[in-house]
Amino acid sequence: MAEDGKDDSVATDDDSDQTAADGSLNNTMVEEGSTLLRRMEICVAEAEKRSGKNAVSMQETFTVYLIETRPMDAVADGRNPAPDSLWRRYSEFELLRNYLIVTYPYIVAPPLPEKRAEFVWHKLSADNMDPDFVERRRVGLENFLLRVASHPVLSNDKILYHFLTEENGWKEVVYETGFQAKADSRLRALSATFRVRNPDKRFMEMKHYSDELQSHTSQLLRARARVADRLYGVYKVHGNYGRVFSEWSAIEKEMGDGLQSAGHHMDAYAASIDDILEEEEHYADQLKEYLSYAEALRAVCRKHELAQFELEMASQDLISKKQQLRTFSFKGMTNKLFGQEAPEQREAKLKLLEELITEGEETVKEKTVECEEHVERAWVDMQRFKEQKDKDLREALINYAVMQISMCKKGIQVWSNAKECFLKM
Amino acid sequence: MSVGAPRGLASSGQKPITEILHPLSAAEETLSSGPDVTVNVGGDQESGLTNGTPVETSSPASASLLFNRLQLDDDSEADARDPYASTETRDLFVTVDDPKKHVSTMETYITYRVSTKTTRIEFDLPEYCVRRRYQDFDWLRIKLEDSQPTHLIPPLPEKFVMKGVVDRFSEEFVETRMKALDKFLKRVADHPVLSFNPHLNAFLSAKDLNKRQGLALLTKVGESVKHVAGGYKLRARPPEFCAMGEYLDTFTQKLGTIDRIAQRILKEQSEYLTELREYGTVYSSWAGSEEELRRPLEGVAGCVTTCCGALEDMSENMSQDFLPVLREYVLYIESMKNVLRKRDQSQAEYEGRLEAAILRKQEDRTPMPVEVEKCQDKVECFNADLKADWERWQSNKRQDFKQLLTGMADKNINHYEKCQAAWESLITLLQEKQTEDKTSETN
Repeated sequence: MAEDGKDDSVATDDDSDQTAADGSLNNTMVEEGSTLLRRMEICVAEAEKRSGKNAVSMQETFTVYLIETRPMDAVADGRNPAPDSLWRRYSEFELLRNYLIVTYPYIVAPPLPEKRAEFVWHKLSADNMDPDFVERRRVGLENFLLRVASHPVLSNDKILYHFLTEENGWKEVVYETGFQAKADSRLRALSATFRVRNPDKRFMEMKHYSDELQSHTSQLLRARARVADRLYGVYKVHGNYGRVFSEWSAIEKEMGDGLQSAGHHMDAYAASIDDILEEEEHYADQLKEYLSYAEALRAVCRKHELAQFELEMASQDLISKKQQLRTFSFKGMTNKLFGQEAPEQREAKLKLLEELITEGEETVKEKTVECEEHVERAWVDMQRFKEQKDKDLREALINYAVMQISMCKKGIQVWSNAKECFLKM
Repeated sequence: MSVGAPRGLASSGQKPITEILHPLSAAEETLSSGPDVTVNVGGDQESGLTNGTPVETSSPASASLLFNRLQLDDDSEADARDPYASTETRDLFVTVDDPKKHVSTMETYITYRVSTKTTRIEFDLPEYCVRRRYQDFDWLRIKLEDSQPTHLIPPLPEKFVMKGVVDRFSEEFVETRMKALDKFLKRVADHPVLSFNPHLNAFLSAKDLNKRQGLALLTKVGESVKHVAGGYKLRARPPEFCAMGEYLDTFTQKLGTIDRIAQRILKEQSEYLTELREYGTVYSSWAGSEEELRRPLEGVAGCVTTCCGALEDMSENMSQDFLPVLREYVLYIESMKNVLRKRDQSQAEYEGRLEAAILRKQEDRTPMPVEVEKCQDKVECFNADLKADWERWQSNKRQDFKQLLTGMADKNINHYEKCQAAWESLITLLQEKQTEDKTSETN
C-alpha cells in the first residue's frame, strides 16, 4: 500500500532540506525528494508480549512491536548490515501521531490501525491479544510508519526520526516540545464550526466529502461483516453432507466409494471458508484505514474553520475598537454619555485604546497569515491525499475482485472433484 | 426426464410370468452379487478418492443442465449415454407434459398431456395423446397394485396438499408434480411386466377412462392375503429379505438427513443473499460521492448484483429439482417396504397352510391339498419377482442419485463460473482504466 513511496520515488539529489516551515512549496504531488523513506528502510518486524507495571502500579500485559531500520544506501550497495531496532508499544505510536497532528494541522495525518477490533463478525475474535489481531496490527503499524516516512512534509520531522532511532527517553523529548499546549480545545473548535461566517468553500466541500467517506466506509464495513457471517454459515453446513455421505456409503456397494470420496470433498469445501475470510480481513483493514483517514481529513477542515473564525473574531474586535476610538473623538458625545471626565483620565483611555488597536492590527495580521498559510498548505496536502486515496482504493477493489475470483476457482475445483466422485458412483 | 431404466430382464415381455428367468442369469449390469445386500465394510472406500485432480470443464455443467430439461421423446441418445443400458430396443415411450388448468362449476383441476409412442402389438395405434389428471394416475397405480401384487409399483407424488399452505395451482407446484408423474409413468413403462398391464394400456390410450369398475371396491389382494393369513406367523424370513428391510430403514434415515441438510443450506443461502444485496447497494451509494472511484465502485456493485442473481437461480433450481426427488424416493422406499410386508404375509400363509396340511396328512393320510401347492407357487413367484424388482430398483436408485448429485455439483459449478466471469470482466475494466491513466500521466 504505502510502498509507493519506495517505488515511485525518482532519484533526485534534491536533498535541500526544505523543512516543514516552507514545505508546501515543494512538489508534493508525487513522492519525490528527500523523504525519510528514501534514506532509510523501515519495517515493523515482530510483536511480543510483555508484562509490566503500569502508571498506577498494576500488573498488565501488553504487546510491543519491533521497529527495524537500515540505511538505504547500505541496502542498495548490497551490503547487508544488521538493522538497528527498538521496541515500541501501541500507545507510543499514538503519542507520535498526536504530536504530528498538532504540529502539522494542515496535513491529513496517516491513521493508526484500530485500537480495538471493530466490525467483527462472529467468528473473529474481538480480543486484542488474539494472534491474528496482533499480526494485522503489526502490518497496520508498519503501514503507518511507511506512510509518514514517505510524506513530503512529515518525513522531515525530528521527533519522527527520534521515534525510529532512540528507544529510551523519546517520550520526554516529545513532551518537551510542549505540543500538548498547542492542541486546540474541542470546545473552541466546535464553536468555530458553528459561528464561522466565511470559510473557504473548497474546505467546506472537502469537509462534506469527509463525512460521506466516513459514512460509506463504515456502512461498507458493517455490511461486509454481515455478509462474511452468513457466507460462513453456508459453507459450514455443507460439512454435514460429508458426514451423511460417509454414513450412507456404509450401506452401499457400488455407490459406496464415490459417496465416501465426495463426502471428503464436502468437508474440504466447508473448511475452505476459514482461509477465504481471513484473507478478506486484509481488505477490511484497507477500508478501515480510509475510514480513519476520513476523520483526519475532517480535522484539517475543522482547523481551517478555527483559523478562519479566529481571524474573523480578531477582525471584528479590531473594527469594534476602531469604532470606539471614533466615538471617543466626539468630545461632546462622550461627555453626554459618560458624564464629565478629567482630561488625564481621557488621555489614558485614549492611549490604551490606541495601544489595543495596534495590538489588534498585529493580531489580525498574524491570523491572516496563519489562515492563509493553512489554506495553502492544507489544499496541497488534500490534493495529494485525494490522489493517494483514489489509487489505494482502486487497488484495494482490484485485490478484492482477485480474492473473489480465487474463491470462485476454489469452489469450482471442489465441486468438480465431488462431481467426479458422483460420476463414479 | 429420467434416464431410462436399465433392461434388467432380457425378455421383451412376451413370456408369461412363470417363465421369466431368474434375474441373475439375465442381468445386463455388472453386478457382482445377487440380491444379497452385503454391507460394505473395510478400508477400500478410499480407493476412488480423487484428490485435487483437476477436472477438464469444457462447459459440461451447462450442457448437462440443458440435457436434463429436454424431453426424451427419442431415447436412443439417452441410451447411448447410459452405461447400463442394454442393447435391447425399447418399444414404448411415454411423456407427461403440458399442464392445463380446467375450471368448472364443481371444481378446478389440472390435466396433463400424456403422449405415447409404441410399436407394440398390444396397442392398436402407434401413437396416442390423451389428457389425464392426478386422479387418473392414482387410479392406474391402484389398479397396478391390485393386479400385480408381487411387484414394486413406483410411487406417485403426494396426493393431498394442505390447501391453505401450498398453492396447488402455482407454476412451481404444478411443474414439480408433473415431473414426478412423468417419472412414475416412465418407470412403469420401462418395467418388463408392468408395462404390459392392460390398465396401463387403457390409461395411455382410452379417450375416457372408465374408472368406475376399480374405484368402488378396493379389493387389494394384499388385504385378502392379510385376511387369510390372519392367523399365520412368519417362521423365518430368508436373510436376503431381512437385509433388504434393514437397508431400506437405514436408507430412509439417510435420505431424511440429506433433505434436512439441503433445506438448511437453502435457508442459509437465502439469508446470505439478503445481506449480499444490501452490501451491493452500499457500493452503489458510495460511488455517488466519488469521481475517480465512481466507475470502479459501480463495477463492484454490478458484480455483487450478478452474484446475487446467480445464487438466486441456483437456490431455485435446488428447491425445484433436488428436494422433490429426495422426497419421492422416501415414498418409493415406503412402497418397497409394503411389498416386502406382503411377501412376508404370503410366506406366512403358505407356511401356515403347510403345517396344517402336514398335520392332517399324519392323521388321516390325505394328500397335499392343491391350495398348499398354489401357495407355494405364489411364494416362490413373489420371491422371484421381488428379487428382480429389487435389482431393478437398486439400479434405478443408483442412476437417479448419480444424476441428482451430479446435478447438484453442476449447479454449484455453474454458479461459481458465473460469478468468476463477472469479477474477471471487472478486473479487465479496472486495469484498462489504470493503463489509460498511466499513459495520460506521462503525456
